Parts: sequence; structure tokens; C-alpha cells
Amino acid sequence: MLKDTTIISTNGHTSFLDYQGKYKGIRSWIFSTDHKRIGILYLIALLSFFAVGVTFGFLIRLELFTQGKTIVDPQTYNAFFTLHGVIMIFLFVIPGLPAVFGNFFLPILIGAKDVAFPRINLLSWWLYIIGGVLVIVSILLPGGPADTGWTFYIPYSVRTSTNVIFTGLAAFILGFSSILTGINFVTTIHRLRAPGMDWFKMPLFSWALYATAWIQVLATPIIGITLLLIVVERVLGVGLFDPALGGDPILYQHLFWIYSHPAVYIMIVPAMGVVSEIIPVFARRTIFGYKFIAFSSIAIALLGSLVWAHHMFSAGMSSTAQFVFSLLTFLVAIPSAIKVFNWTATLYKGSIQLDPPMLYALAFIFLFSIGGLTGVVQGALSVDIHLTDTSFIVAHFHYVMFGGTGFGIFAALHYWLPKMFGRMYNLKTAKVGFWFLFVGFNTLYFPLFVMGWLGMPRRYYDYLPEYAIYHQISTVGSWILITGLIIIYYNLIKSLRSGEKITARNIWGGETLEWQIETPPTHENFHDIPKITHGPYEYKMNDELAEKEEVK
Amino acid sequence: MITQEHAAAHVHRDDVGARMGMWLFLFTELLLFGGMFFLYSVYRFINQEQFNIAAKELNTLVGTFNTIILLTSSLTMALAIGAIQRNNKSLSVFFQTLTILLAFGFLINKYFEWSIKFHHGIFPGSEILLNKPKGEILFFGLYYVMTGLHGLHVVIGIFLIGFMTRLTMKNVINKDSYVKLESAGLYWHLVDIIWIFLFPLFYLIT
Amino acid sequence: MEKHNSLAEHKQHGYGIYILVWLALLALTAVTVTVAGINFGGITVTTALLVASVKSYLVLKIFMHLGAEQKAFKVFVLVALFFIIISFILLFSDYSFI
Repeated sequence: MLKDTTIISTNGHTSFLDYQGKYKGIRSWIFSTDHKRIGILYLIALLSFFAVGVTFGFLIRLELFTQGKTIVDPQTYNAFFTLHGVIMIFLFVIPGLPAVFGNFFLPILIGAKDVAFPRINLLSWWLYIIGGVLVIVSILLPGGPADTGWTFYIPYSVRTSTNVIFTGLAAFILGFSSILTGINFVTTIHRLRAPGMDWFKMPLFSWALYATAWIQVLATPIIGITLLLIVVERVLGVGLFDPALGGDPILYQHLFWIYSHPAVYIMIVPAMGVVSEIIPVFARRTIFGYKFIAFSSIAIALLGSLVWAHHMFSAGMSSTAQFVFSLLTFLVAIPSAIKVFNWTATLYKGSIQLDPPMLYALAFIFLFSIGGLTGVVQGALSVDIHLTDTSFIVAHFHYVMFGGTGFGIFAALHYWLPKMFGRMYNLKTAKVGFWFLFVGFNTLYFPLFVMGWLGMPRRYYDYLPEYAIYHQISTVGSWILITGLIIIYYNLIKSLRSGEKITARNIWGGETLEWQIETPPTHENFHDIPKITHGPYEYKMNDELAEKEEVK
Repeated sequence: MITQEHAAAHVHRDDVGARMGMWLFLFTELLLFGGMFFLYSVYRFINQEQFNIAAKELNTLVGTFNTIILLTSSLTMALAIGAIQRNNKSLSVFFQTLTILLAFGFLINKYFEWSIKFHHGIFPGSEILLNKPKGEILFFGLYYVMTGLHGLHVVIGIFLIGFMTRLTMKNVINKDSYVKLESAGLYWHLVDIIWIFLFPLFYLIT
Repeated sequence: MEKHNSLAEHKQHGYGIYILVWLALLALTAVTVTVAGINFGGITVTTALLVASVKSYLVLKIFMHLGAEQKAFKVFVLVALFFIIISFILLFSDYSFI
């Protein structure tokens, strides 16, 4: 592909890591409008919050190791799972891939020098930080951290004495940060594609980000206003949701899930995009069914916006609504399945190379399939009545969000980090870390399926003796998983400090544009904007070109 | 495809892109109010009678007057952009100032409307309101929150247009580069559109 | 696809059309207020919303220059409206049909 691209020269172009604009030192980072620097700012913040969220998760599992009290009292336990949820969802998984790797790589993948609105991009990072600080403030202030769960269900959220206001405002601000990223990406993809980069020559990660950005723009405001209304109701006593004032708690749930279900797709679709990038590279094959994967992202965004009430089957909805939403829920499985089939078809007869990014991508397919299929199970009305509010649900969404998005983020980290910093991590350690994570993950979450099926409720502080064995296996799993995370963190951080320096442009043999620019990228990515003549994954064509060269 | 054309644009400026970003932001605003319109419609569906009775408390005349003010301000905003397109700076500044004055008029009107309600003891948490049927409590809750948030948008609009007026006077906004003014205009028209729906739903359903 | 030059401006409406639209908006306001005054029962709200939609259409098309924008902008608006309307219908599947 290099042959068709304008040759990029290094003349007078410094790496973005060394380039300093107006400011020096730390301010050259936190006031930078360079999409790559903002991506890294997000990465640092995100991994920090992830560590905090993991700690809360670890404590929840530790508390559940024995019946009754193990380490904390019930109120603290409630705060733990609320904080675990709020931090993981609003501060890690939702911003996750778009904010870090979307910011860093979207402009590069479509051949642009930056996003459409660089300053708004910086603003969105600052909003993200303000939101994160508010969450921390809500923990420290008197009144105590919110204990409502991340769902803020009415009427408890207007009655509890904990700091729901701060947590709610934090989620509102984080929502705005996410919206600004969405606006930026839609405009960037529409306006800044390089010459010749028509819609169907875009890498699939860009398609995924495009679909995600639309959900961010259209769905996020609804939760924004809903949480704002809770704050208004608490502060001013306006009757909006509280049944004592005529409000309808079910309506609150509707409004909450109108955003929060599509939010699940904000989390998973970009991860699918990452997998679609990695699989062809490490199977050395053109992606199978490019258009199907591209359009299935759009289809997921569309259908995913219409299934929210399947979170409320047992809340007392009309039977019409139950029927409609159950049907739509089954439908949304189709585009997801299309992706899985296309990935497997890409692997078929490929020359597969099991480097760390590929391991994560394959684990993604496996874990996401389990998470997705158990989701379909819950979409069936009668089964759902049995499973509602059991740990089966917890297992399901951890398989999707952690097994899916979480593994997607780690896949992206192992795939792109060397490109971003020009340093290679230790491949062996990375693989060891992966296996700990993978084994720990399944040991932690699979027992939740079993005991949920047997009737163990979610979010409970205590349990009956017959569930003890599952809880203990699960807690041991959490220790294995955390060992894996520590290995991964250690390996990646060490690589940044003392990893082998690399300048090779194409580390893994990818065909997309980021592998044709310097490692690490220069300040404005491209010396000359490339002209695109063919699709992003055309390995076969390249091989033929190489053969012709040899013949000559 | 358009791809070929806009390649060169992103080094310097891209007015279409700027407007596209603004439109996307407007959708966000629309959905923000959309969430509240969902609330309104469900609660009205459940409490139709009480909503109709409560709406009688609102003064249709004041509402109509405010509608006319806001529609007119939308006109002056559109004219301000028309004037800058024709390189008539002073006329544009005049229309922008007029828009701001009309916005103030709207707010003053709103202020009196609200204070009369407060005077009658109808405000969130008041005893008189709490003694009313549940549907009426909801109606007034929505009334205050929706018109309040709309009022907040009018205030933001005043600042925004005020800022644009300054830029116009400094020639930053001029005949060749006025996408900022256009964006402010788009925002202002959206505030107008939201009022176009708020007005009948609160004042005219008696 | 429409030919577009992002720098040189394309969509100059005359002042006249703005005034006309404004007059139309005022007239529609008069209509909706009058109709509300007469007791039509159930169709009052329907008329009010219908009139409001027409007014919004005028503002969108002329004041906000949507008519003169690229096709993508129009598609965007349709997508946003579609999202609101379909959410509205689905929401009411829980309330209006038993």
C-alpha cells in the first residue's frame, strides 16, 4: 500500500511526544489540543480510574467470601457496589475506546491531521476530569457516597441521605464530555477524510466509532436531563418522579434506560471495531464481509436504541410493551452475530499469529459470544422473570462489558501502545498476563451464572449456605484476575520506561494508515495528506504486488 | 463524492464542518428537552383532566405575547445574518442588539409571570400546591422546570449573541467569515422552536 | 450531490422571505390561540401540535437555512426526529395499550 501512498518524509518533523507548542512541561500536555496528546491524557486518567474501580470490585468480592460480615458493614457494601458501577461505567467503559484510541487513531486512520474541533476535544477531557473529581468528592463529603446503585432508581434516590446530588451531577457532566466527543467524531468523519478515502475504504474501527458517536449524541442527553431532574427534585422539591407527588417511578426507569441501554452499545461497538482491525492483521487475510461488518455497526446503533425496556420486564409494564421489547431484543442479536460470523470466516484458512493483541481479540470473540447469547436468554420474557435481579445478570453484563469491552481495550493497548510511544513491551510477559486475566475472569464470573440460575440475588450483602461454594470460587477468581491485571500494568508501564525502542513503522504488518507513518507519530501525523486508492485490508492484492516485484 | 473537495479545507477553516458540529449540538439540546417532553406527555396522558384544570391558571395572553416576542427575535437574528452577508455591518449590529433586547423582554415578562404564581403560593414545595391533586402538582413541576430550563437557554443566548455583537463590531465577524454568527443564530432559532412547542402544551390545553 | 464551496457563501435569502416567514409564524400563532379558545375537545391538542410542527418547519427551513445545506444535514435532522418519534411510540407502548 505504501507504493500508492505519498511517501512521508521526516524532514523537520518531530515526534508528537517531543513537540511542544505554546506551553512547556506538564502544561504542554494538559492544555494541548493535539488529538494524540489528548488521547494519552485520557489513557492515563482512565487506567487510574480503572484501578480504583477494580479495587472496589475486589472489596465486594472479598466481602462476599464468607457469609455474614467479612470486612465491612452493609451500608459500606452498598456504597462499594454503587461506586464500582459508577466508576466503571461512566469513567472507564463508556469513555474507554472512543476517548483514548478513537482520539488517538481516528484522525490517523482516515488520513487527517487532527479532529474537526481540537479545542472542544480538550474541553471534553477537562469535563471528564471534573466529573471524575465530583465522584471522588461524593465519596469524601459528609453524608457518604451514594448507595443507590449506578441506576439511581426512584424513589430511593430522592429519599436516601447520601450524596446522590454529587454523583448525579458527575454523571451529567461526564455525559456532556461524551457528547462532545461524539459531535467531534461525526464531524471529523464527514469532513476530514483524506482524498480517495470514501466511506467504504474507511477502516472498520472508524465505522464503529461513527455508529457510537451517533448514539453518544442522541441518547446521552436523555440521561443527562433525567439525572438533572433528580437533582432538581432533591434540591427544590419539585414533583417530577416521586410517587408521593404524583410521579411515576416506572417512567423514571424508562427515561434512565432510554440512554443506559444504548450506552451498552457505546461500550461494545468500538471494541468490535478494534477486533475487526486486529483479526485481519494477525490472520493475514482480508476481512471477510467488510460491508456487513460496517453496516452491522449502524444496525446495532439503531436497534440498540429501541430495546431499553428489557431492563424492566418485571417492573410492571403493559404486556404490549413487554412483547414489543422482547421481540426487538431478539432482533438486536442479529447484527452482533453477523460480526462474529464474519470474524470467524476471516480466521478460516488464515495464517494466524498468536501475538498478544490477537489473543485478546480471540478471547473477545469467545467471551462476547457467551455474554451475548446469555443476553438473548434473558430477552425471553418467561426466562427473564426467573432471572431478574439474580447474579446471572451480573455475570451476563460482565461477560459483555469486561469480557467484551475490557478485553477490547486491552487488545487495543497491546496492539497500538508500541505505535503510540515507540517502545515495545515484553511479549512473553504480556502473554502470561493475558492467561492470568483470562482464567481469572472465567473463574470469577462463570460461577455467577450458576448461582444466579439457582436463585442467588444480585447486590445482596449476605447469602444462604448453599451458595457459599460459588461465592468462594468467584472470590478466588478475582484474585487470579487481579494478579493478571498487575502483570499487565507492570509490563506496559515498564515498556514505556525501559522497553526496547522501535522506529519500524509497521510493527504488526497492518495495512491501515497508522502503520505507514512514523513511530511514534509526528506532530501532525502526515507530512503530506495521503491519497487513498484501495480498501484498508487488501492483503491479497499486496501479496500479488510483492510477487510482481519479485518477478521483475 | 464530496471527499475530493474538502481535503484542502482542514488546514485552515471549514465552515460547513463548523455548522455541522453546531447542528449536532442542537440535536443534543433537542433531546435534552425531548426527555422532558416524554415526561410531560406521559403525565398528561395519565392525568388529563387535572392538567387541563391546572393550565387554566396560566395566563394565555402573557404566553401569546412572549411567543410573539420570541418569533420576532428569531426574525431579527435571521436579518442580522442577512445583513452581514451583504456587508452591512452596522445594520447587522443593530439587528443583533434588537434580538438581545427582545430576549430581555421575554425574560422580564417571564419574571412577572413567575412572581405572580409565587405570590399566589404556587411554587414547588408550597403548601397550596401540595394540597392540590397530584396531576396539578406534576403540571406545575413540569411547568417550572421546562420553562425554567428554557429561560436558562434564553439567558445563555443573550450572552452568546452579545459576544457575537462584540466580534462583529471588531470586524472578526465580517462578510467573508461569519460562521460564528450563524452558529449563534442556529442556537437562537432552536430556543425559539422549543418555545413553539412549550407554548401550546402549557398555555393552550384548557 | 450538490456542489459546495465551504468558503464562498451560497445561501443568501432575501430580507423579504424572512419577513414573509415571520408573518406566517405570527398568523399561525393567531390560529392556534383562536382554535384553543373554541372548545374542540380532543382535537385541540392535535391542532396545536400540528400548527407547532408547521411553524418549526418554517423556522428550520428558512431561518436556519436547512433548505440550502448539504444533503447530509437534512438526513441528520431526519435521523434525530426519527429517534425521538420512535422512542415516543415505544414509550407509549407501555402506557396507552394495555
